[in-house]
Amino acid sequence: MAKKNEIPEVDIIVDHEAGVIREVKSSKLRSQKAHERRVNRGIYILLTIISIVWLAPFVFLLLQSFRSYLTEDGGMVAYLIPKTFSLDNYIFLFEDGTYLRWYGNTLTIALFVAVIQTVIVLSVSYALSRMRFRGRKLLMNVILVLGMFPGFLTMIALYFLLKQLGLTQEGAIPGLILIYTASSGMGYYISKGFFDTIPKSLDESARIDGATRFYVFRRIIMPLSKPIVIYTILMAFMAPWGDYVFASYVAFGKSNSYNVAVGLYRWVNTQDYQGYFTRFCAGGVLVAIPITALFLMLQKYYVEGVTGGAVKG
Amino acid sequence: MVDLEYLKLSRGQKMVHRLMSYLKRLPGRIARGFLKMLNAIGLFFKHIVEEVRDVGQTFIQGDFKTRTSFFIMGFGSIARGQVFRGLLFFLFQVIFVLYMVFFGGYYLSKLDTLGTVETVKKGRVTVYGDNSFLILLYGILTVFFIIAFLYTWRVNVKQNKIGQKLQKEGKKLKSAKDDLAAFADHQFHKTLLALPTLGIFTFTIVPIIFMVLVAFTNYDYTHQPPGKLFTWVGLDNFYNMLGTGTANFGDTFRQVLFWTLVWAFFATFLNYFLGMMVAIMINKKGIKLKKMWRTILVMTIAIPQFVSLLYVSKMFAADGIINSYLMNWGWISKPLPFWTDGTWAKVTILVINIWIGIPYMMLIATGILMNIPADLYESARIDGANAVQTYAKITLPYMLFVTGPYLLTSFIGNINNFNVIYLLTGGRPLSLELAGNAGHTDLLITWLYKMTVNDTNYKMAAVIGIIVFVVTAVINLVVYNMIPSVKNEEDFQ
Repeated sequence: MAKKNEIPEVDIIVDHEAGVIREVKSSKLRSQKAHERRVNRGIYILLTIISIVWLAPFVFLLLQSFRSYLTEDGGMVAYLIPKTFSLDNYIFLFEDGTYLRWYGNTLTIALFVAVIQTVIVLSVSYALSRMRFRGRKLLMNVILVLGMFPGFLTMIALYFLLKQLGLTQEGAIPGLILIYTASSGMGYYISKGFFDTIPKSLDESARIDGATRFYVFRRIIMPLSKPIVIYTILMAFMAPWGDYVFASYVAFGKSNSYNVAVGLYRWVNTQDYQGYFTRFCAGGVLVAIPITALFLMLQKYYVEGVTGGAVKG
Repeated sequence: MVDLEYLKLSRGQKMVHRLMSYLKRLPGRIARGFLKMLNAIGLFFKHIVEEVRDVGQTFIQGDFKTRTSFFIMGFGSIARGQVFRGLLFFLFQVIFVLYMVFFGGYYLSKLDTLGTVETVKKGRVTVYGDNSFLILLYGILTVFFIIAFLYTWRVNVKQNKIGQKLQKEGKKLKSAKDDLAAFADHQFHKTLLALPTLGIFTFTIVPIIFMVLVAFTNYDYTHQPPGKLFTWVGLDNFYNMLGTGTANFGDTFRQVLFWTLVWAFFATFLNYFLGMMVAIMINKKGIKLKKMWRTILVMTIAIPQFVSLLYVSKMFAADGIINSYLMNWGWISKPLPFWTDGTWAKVTILVINIWIGIPYMMLIATGILMNIPADLYESARIDGANAVQTYAKITLPYMLFVTGPYLLTSFIGNINNFNVIYLLTGGRPLSLELAGNAGHTDLLITWLYKMTVNDTNYKMAAVIGIIVFVVTAVINLVVYNMIPSVKNEEDFQ
């Protein structure tokens, strides 16, 4: 508000198109500023509303996870704020063991997938970005066409393939790791786009000095690729937490092999979900907190990845 | 039409003109594509003829070592001192022969009928006959194995030709050490790609071929191996899927396809424009706490969808929080049918999808908006353009140009957006008008899933899968050619 007085009587504006200098009455400028302020106020109000809408479900989830299933009601009730805050749901999750088991399963899968998938994706994208060899275009086109088939089409075939290998039900954890990572080479687009932006002259000068391809990959490209490596690891690590389809199909009927998504889905959607609703909330909170924290920490790399991917397609 | 005439047209006329000229060029394009394909097939056969001729020449001109290698792979290589290489060739041949004799031959011979020996029960003992499933699966694998063998055999012959020639000229052959060293250098791509392509082959290509073939069989719950056989039925399943009448899925299929496209359209463009708007608001000069607003929105990306979507789905349930509060406050007397009425469910899903989708678009738009040169806006402002005009003339064209490929992938992604639909409604509400257990909100992809998991109607699931592929491919081909920002790959580097 103090700035109001600093506005000069007359403002000068250069009109490039007409090639003249125009004088603008300060009152016009002042009204412009006032208009600007009104617009900004409107935006703040909108953003606040959006933020509330965006956060509400998560706040609700958190609130309901504190409603005891023992002393109050474990099902869906008509009010949000629990009458007494209790940690009963969380205590149940830790003492019962099944939830911890699911959590452990998912964590195991996610860690393995993160490592294996990153290695595969980076290998494929480096080879396709940097090297020119017979069959390169063919490989890229085949991957493009394969990508147009819906993912769940092959579910049954994959299931029986895994069954032949003994990797279903009790062996679902290694089975799922295998499925998640086996075809991950098809998701090379974003990191290839990144490698494409690293000047080729770097490779070439190193190669002239006698460096092998492997050396170039390991010592020159990798150190420059930290953002894309982190992005790939982050994506690979997060995906298994949300997978319901394959996880439920492969682990079919064996509670010990569930991941958190399958386990919690059962809790909400089986007959007795009325009693398990608050425990589902607590379980969801425990999944969401570490993943969200990780994501927010590495958000920068994620943004770089998606923007690069969106522009280059 | 000359350029000048084109420029005189109004915006609507321009669009019509562009569309018409695209359609006019379409037949020519299709014809050219067709010719290209014929040409490629011709080239392929020509290539094969050349290969065969080369193989024959190698045999005629070959010495004893080379000729023996035609029957015992790797013999020539070993005889010429490339022991490591030769042993690999030989080993491969041994494995192939053993595989064909004890395993592959049986499945290959049954591939045309998918098995004839029924499983029978003799008293309490079940005597298993042929397993159609395994015959089809291993049949495919065997075919691929034969192709791989032929290729390796050809490489083996070529190696002999080269080896013979080099020895005649008195040059030294590559040692095993050289071979291995090459895999870290100019053959490095083979090292990098070996495992990934093997994975893609086993867990994507083979299953896809398998499922595509299943679409031409009668594999469903009445024909489940190992108890029952299934066999080839030609195009019956496709007639069943597309045909009208109560016995066929045609009517349901059209409804589901229609909703899939409507859903994909709205889900893509609502998120696109709203996300862009939010990004513009946050990016506007003078708005503080930019980082905080972004972080709040990004929460929906960070939190696993099964938590957020399952919870939101329960929020909107008949006994969920929203209905309960509305009733407590006396605004409604009975629960709003968010999930129980077809139209309500569709709208609710679209709205919730905005909640899921805006943050992605917001992030992407933020990055791109910062790249638009600021002086463009500055000069527009000086020329007296208002916010709407700068948006329509600068921001939107730039965004559309740059994010063309993203829009396409996002549209395709939404056609296959399983998570949102399945976790929110599971395709419900079901309807008597729809066949095959399809619900009002089912997309093709969730319908496919239900066919596979609940109905074990594999043949129809396979048909849907193929149709989704066709839809995706057509959209990709048509749109991809119209996107301006598709650049030549090599140009970009």
